[in-house]
Amino acid sequence: MSQANLYGARTLFMREVRRFLKVKMQTIVAPALTALLYLVVFRYAMGNRQVPGLAIEYFTFLVPGLAMMSMLQNAFANTSSSIVTSKVMNVHIYLLMAPLSAAEVVAAFLAAAVVRSLVVATVFLGVLLPFVHFPAFHPLLVLYYGFCGSVIMGALGLVGGIWSRKFDDIALISNFVILPLTFLSGVFYTSGQLPTFWRHLNEANPFFYLIDGFRFGFLGLGDTDPMHTVWVVGLTSLGCILLCWQVWRTGWRLKE
Amino acid sequence: MANLALQVEGLAKVYDNGKTALHGVDLEVPAGSFYALLGPNGAGKSTLINILADIVRPTAGRAQLLGHDVFAERSWCKRRMGIVPQEAAFDPFFTPREVLRLTSGMYGKRPDDAWIDELLVRLELAEHAGKNTRQLSGGMRRRLLVAQALVHRPQLVVLDEPTAGVDVELRQRLWAFMRELNGQGTTILLTTHYLEEAEELCDRVAIIHRGRVIADKPMRALMHEVAGSYLWLRYGAERRPNAEDMAALEAFQPRLMDDGICLTLQHPDATSTTFHAAYSAAVERLGAPLDACVRQEDLEDVFLRLTRDDKS
Repeated sequence: MSQANLYGARTLFMREVRRFLKVKMQTIVAPALTALLYLVVFRYAMGNRQVPGLAIEYFTFLVPGLAMMSMLQNAFANTSSSIVTSKVMNVHIYLLMAPLSAAEVVAAFLAAAVVRSLVVATVFLGVLLPFVHFPAFHPLLVLYYGFCGSVIMGALGLVGGIWSRKFDDIALISNFVILPLTFLSGVFYTSGQLPTFWRHLNEANPFFYLIDGFRFGFLGLGDTDPMHTVWVVGLTSLGCILLCWQVWRTGWRLKE
Repeated sequence: MANLALQVEGLAKVYDNGKTALHGVDLEVPAGSFYALLGPNGAGKSTLINILADIVRPTAGRAQLLGHDVFAERSWCKRRMGIVPQEAAFDPFFTPREVLRLTSGMYGKRPDDAWIDELLVRLELAEHAGKNTRQLSGGMRRRLLVAQALVHRPQLVVLDEPTAGVDVELRQRLWAFMRELNGQGTTILLTTHYLEEAEELCDRVAIIHRGRVIADKPMRALMHEVAGSYLWLRYGAERRPNAEDMAALEAFQPRLMDDGICLTLQHPDATSTTFHAAYSAAVERLGAPLDACVRQEDLEDVFLRLTRDDKS
């Protein structure tokens, strides 16, 4: 019957990776520059102020959260911009015409999104590492949360891109959903610093768990116990993957 | 049944806006044929092709490629089909060579650089192979679309208006290439507005009108059985047939040609060759023509006659 087209999926993955490498000023150099700006603004303007309740410098607290925020935004941007551009230019038809199953297409897009966010995080942290000392380092936790966060955001970018009919549509999602959720997710503060109402709101934000878990991997402390949120994050990733698969399979907003 | 490259049965499409593009279309494309799918704009040709391409979902019907169900075995069929869609757009990030290598890969084939080079040469894109696709002219993009559809060496090539906007010389070289592929066993299905080209190239023709197939025959049979002859009359500019004349000659299916100076009177029975009644009626209405003769219909005449709206 229909044999798998792994070589095709690999080609699509490579195409998506090359696409962001072709605009490396935006995708790699820009995050590095942002990291430098954060360094100047937060490191030198705030000095060695401590985070209330945690025996840790504010800057040290900030860096992992910023890295994760940047990963999430880049994973989302990678899939969504690729799909929206294709749709607007009507080149998505070649993807529909290709002998690739929904699973192969989704896997290729998400893998490319993960690679982009790993590259961005590596560049970002690479610039800042000489200036910050992390009290703990759990590479498995860091990788797990980084990976799941990128998958979730890559998947949302894919679905958002498919939903969009024009650039304005995806900009709407980026600016009014993704940006506020990533900013209000505990990158800049601990949940404990917030008044009750805001704390509850914060804890309802799914990104909060991603960022907190990722940061735990560097600091060994956080607002939540990552052992409890590991499942939530894993299942959410799986759910997002299935959502993408279903959307692609049915041709929603792609086929007439 | 045997030796059909493509068999379409009862294929129907109703778009979400309620418009019916295809009313249960049946087609049989023999393996190795050079097949023309003709029809006026909006007849449903592109809908049919887009359903095969998996861009449009069918409402009903079946399609088989080399005996395999196109909808149930998508991947198998897609690997053996190369489709040139009507719109020529490309990913702005890549060059023609990269587009071809990526397409080959997505079809599950390691890029065959010798074949890619040959395609670039044959489609006259070799000197543009390293440019960004945005820098290509409309004609070059169309040729790149053709190359893209051939890069995985499909057994059935479907071309939707491949020569629109391509100049005559290039068009002929493109057809020569298609003929060569056809000679090597590739089945070719094309839609085109250039009916002389279709008549010359294709061995089989289907005419689709308002979502229905109204003819599906070997080209020779169509030209033999359906094509008739017609009376051609030329009147000078001072006696150009007007709307009232046309109405008066209604019974003979008049048709204006060549800037309204010529009048054709199709005999009600297209295969009949007696034109006394038609000639007399024209003379009575318009006077003696400057010039008159009986002509054999070509594919364009047949096409125009079969797709006349008042006959549908």
